[in-house]
Amino acid sequence: MLLRHTTAEVTERTALTINPAKTCQPIGAMYAALGVHGCLPHSHGSQGCCSYHRSTLTRHYKEPVMAATSSFTEGSSVFGGQANLLQAFETIFTVYNPDIVAVHTTCLSETIGDDISQIISKAKADGKIPEGKHAIHANTPSYVGSHITGFANMAKSLVTNFAEGTGEDKKQINLLPGWVEPPDMRELKCLAHRMGVDVIMFPDTSDVLDAPQTGKHELYPKGGATVAQIRSAGDSIGTIGLGHSASTRAASALEEKCEVANEMLELPIGLQATDRLIEAMRVMAGVKVPDIITDERGRLLDMIADMHQYIHGKRVALWGDPDQLVSLCDFLVCLDMKPVYILTGTPSTRFEKRVRAVLGDSVPDVKIRKGSGADMFLMHQWIKQESVDLLIGNTYGKYIARDENIPFVRHGFPILDRVGHAYFPTVGYRGGMYLLEKILNAFMDRQDREALEEKFELTM
Amino acid sequence: MAHDAHEVKKEMVAIYPKKLGKKRAEQIVVTELGPDGSVPEIKANVRSSPGIITQRGCAYAGCKGVVIGPSRDILSIVHGPIGCSFYAWLTRRNQTRPPSDSDPNFITYCLSTDMTEQEIVFGGEKKLKAAIKEAYDVFHPKAIAVFSTCPVGLIGDDVHAVARQMKEELGINVFAFSCEGYRGVSQSAGHHIANNQLFKHVIGLNELAHEDKFTINLLGEYNIGGDAFVIEDLFRRCGIKLIATFSGNSDYDSMANSHTADLNLVMCHRSINYMAEMMEKKFGIPWLKINFIGAAATAKSLRKIAEYFDDAELKAKVETVIAEEMPKVDVAQKDVKSRCQGKTAMLFVGGSRAHHYQVLFKEMGMEIVAAGYEFGHRDDYEGRKVLPTIKVDADSKNIEEIEVRPDETRYVPRLSQERKAQLADPELEFQDYVGMMPEMEDGTLVIDDISHHETERLIELYKPSIFCAGIKEKYAVQKMGIPCKQLHSYDYGGPYAGFEGAINFYREIDRMVNMKVWSLVKAPWQTLAPQPEPAPVAAD
Repeated sequence: MLLRHTTAEVTERTALTINPAKTCQPIGAMYAALGVHGCLPHSHGSQGCCSYHRSTLTRHYKEPVMAATSSFTEGSSVFGGQANLLQAFETIFTVYNPDIVAVHTTCLSETIGDDISQIISKAKADGKIPEGKHAIHANTPSYVGSHITGFANMAKSLVTNFAEGTGEDKKQINLLPGWVEPPDMRELKCLAHRMGVDVIMFPDTSDVLDAPQTGKHELYPKGGATVAQIRSAGDSIGTIGLGHSASTRAASALEEKCEVANEMLELPIGLQATDRLIEAMRVMAGVKVPDIITDERGRLLDMIADMHQYIHGKRVALWGDPDQLVSLCDFLVCLDMKPVYILTGTPSTRFEKRVRAVLGDSVPDVKIRKGSGADMFLMHQWIKQESVDLLIGNTYGKYIARDENIPFVRHGFPILDRVGHAYFPTVGYRGGMYLLEKILNAFMDRQDREALEEKFELTM
Repeated sequence: MAHDAHEVKKEMVAIYPKKLGKKRAEQIVVTELGPDGSVPEIKANVRSSPGIITQRGCAYAGCKGVVIGPSRDILSIVHGPIGCSFYAWLTRRNQTRPPSDSDPNFITYCLSTDMTEQEIVFGGEKKLKAAIKEAYDVFHPKAIAVFSTCPVGLIGDDVHAVARQMKEELGINVFAFSCEGYRGVSQSAGHHIANNQLFKHVIGLNELAHEDKFTINLLGEYNIGGDAFVIEDLFRRCGIKLIATFSGNSDYDSMANSHTADLNLVMCHRSINYMAEMMEKKFGIPWLKINFIGAAATAKSLRKIAEYFDDAELKAKVETVIAEEMPKVDVAQKDVKSRCQGKTAMLFVGGSRAHHYQVLFKEMGMEIVAAGYEFGHRDDYEGRKVLPTIKVDADSKNIEEIEVRPDETRYVPRLSQERKAQLADPELEFQDYVGMMPEMEDGTLVIDDISHHETERLIELYKPSIFCAGIKEKYAVQKMGIPCKQLHSYDYGGPYAGFEGAINFYREIDRMVNMKVWSLVKAPWQTLAPQPEPAPVAAD
């Protein structure tokens, strides 16, 4: 057994996390900053932080993830990291020539108390930030929140640094995608395009973390929201923020700074969450929904109807990030499946309430945990007490899946051992079909593998 | 390869701000072997400049990730915010094989105190104590190791005092590592810290005696991709008794018993030479630098061990094993040479692999055009003979140097002075390491702590057939149309050690340098002469 020390009996832990269902803020800030065109993320801390974040994102995307670090030493930890950051700006703009350096802090620089705004001001005054170039920052202490918090903080920083209300009314809406994958962002833009809605999307990692093989490495790939686009977000009709934990801060900042009203939605994973997005775009932009989208919806619905026998009533355990989990539960309920164990390491005040609202009375004995103490060790213990039919979560679930012989659909972050997430969306109706196909295959492959010979089916 | 390495070096550093350019120029040298065996001096184990885009990680990565992580039954608890423990969770693919299903194996578990603002402000010792107790209640380990992350050092939690207290309370071994990420200049600091604490808290605690004639420890082999399994098998076939490996496929008891061995073999000199020296001083165990990467190197290493023990039977057994293995290697070598001969490789990785893997490429008939370490020191480049001349700077001074004296009862010199003198043959590398540079062709570039900028320029200029580095570099290199082999994780393949591993590696490199995909980068229409723009067609 791979997890041979995990037993069904749960003893309350107050201090020890075992097999976490979250990671720290800075990696989220790095991911968000990669969704800005010409931007080099910069980690203000020890080298290891930057190295670990780049490695984890790289393993997840199989793509270059470029970022710089302040390379703190013991001296900088005693005297503060100002000298390191000033030197970093000079080196970065001289050698790597980005349009923007997006600094995020770490537990180290936050504990020291480095004032990044002041350091950036000094860098500007000292001429270390060339004319027309930008240095921005987000405070992302690793000991607060999770990777999702870091993403939300950097997304907010893009607003506070760049968005401007000029008084002009631009016929466009802001679509804040939340922490989703590059193909999800591509799919969201495609949906808007088909509806004839001009959207400003940021962060946007499509064409950054799914760059084509061209024989040339672009340090700053062609994708990413431009500064001009983010600036113009202050003149948009409104903002649709997707995923409350990842996008609320940026959406609220836009409203506060530029008086752009916002509507917060769950991530459009599954049929009904996508319906709500399409409706919101239709109303906000004053457009009609084209048949091509309605037909796509119909195809997803058709697929559910056709294959319902394989999925209904199945018990599912899910772990990951709050925004994904709420929408996944919504989708599973719509499939008449039963999300019985739902867990996120990310602290979130609305998570449990939203999950319960989505589940209604469909899963009376549901177990939900969030934040401190919500880890995959506990999830595994729940499973040992009463097993499930399907696991949905990041790659670390494979150890449980193998020990307990449970079908497993990878979704979330990080996925280190499969490739589809980097290429195929799980948002929108097409994303729903892809996700449903993966769920069906997981059950059907198991049936094919384990069925008695006389029960082995040709047609399914 | 029509490039003058000196010109390339000048070109590479030209872009840097002046001070940085000067520093980088001292970390880039062109090899030249003097008649006295001397090589040019390189600057190494110095700070990476902020903003440079370095390959390097931190002391915590070197301590927890590299040295202690591979051990399966020391329960590791990372004291800090969640990230540090999360990122080191199974990502180094250290394989381990417990003797039975009921033996402990903690490799798949990731433990953290998940520090929050509360502990940063008020201190984390209380939470750490509680976490150790909770971990004990779940896992009942023989030993618990606690690792400090950056903020722990700053807020002043005394992890060592907590460890002592919990050791007493639980009646098991509990020890801590002050391996905060800001210590030193790279992972290397963490290796040293790990060596020190293992030496102080584990080595010598288990007095199990062995009847075997040829007892050894293998130092600096971390069983990535199953390398240690291959080497263990070779030892078994030669009749060599392995007491402990530091730390691939290892367990706590064997490490605690390692002082009973008669020879230490040093595989990764960078990460573990401290341990070899300390064990020699305290217990009288001599050490040999060996290398099991490369078929010829493996054969040579086995012969060196036999020479050390100077036993006819052992020598005969070693020759039998080599004779059994080499024909298969020869067949594979001949086969891959027909497709790989003359191709070029660059290696920028680690603290020993950029040296060891050159052997494998040479065995395939390939040429090394540039190499360097991520966190090596001057002795890893130039050989241990430069050790007395290395200046200890502020960053290294912060790492504890343990003063070691011979153990009053357990110091046993394994060799007479006369025998030691006999073994002083440079070929044998007895208590010595000649380093990377003396074994490289004149005129080759050696670059310490290569930056991303230098990596790109090197590839543009030399267009090597293959580049070897780590996960962060891999896909940037491959976007340039050059295959990149990861030599930390082996791209989830391996083993590459020993004879069997050499064959695996030849085949892997043959596959990579001859992949069709690199010739398909241009679409048919991208190679046509410019055409007039066609009229747009309405699309989705």
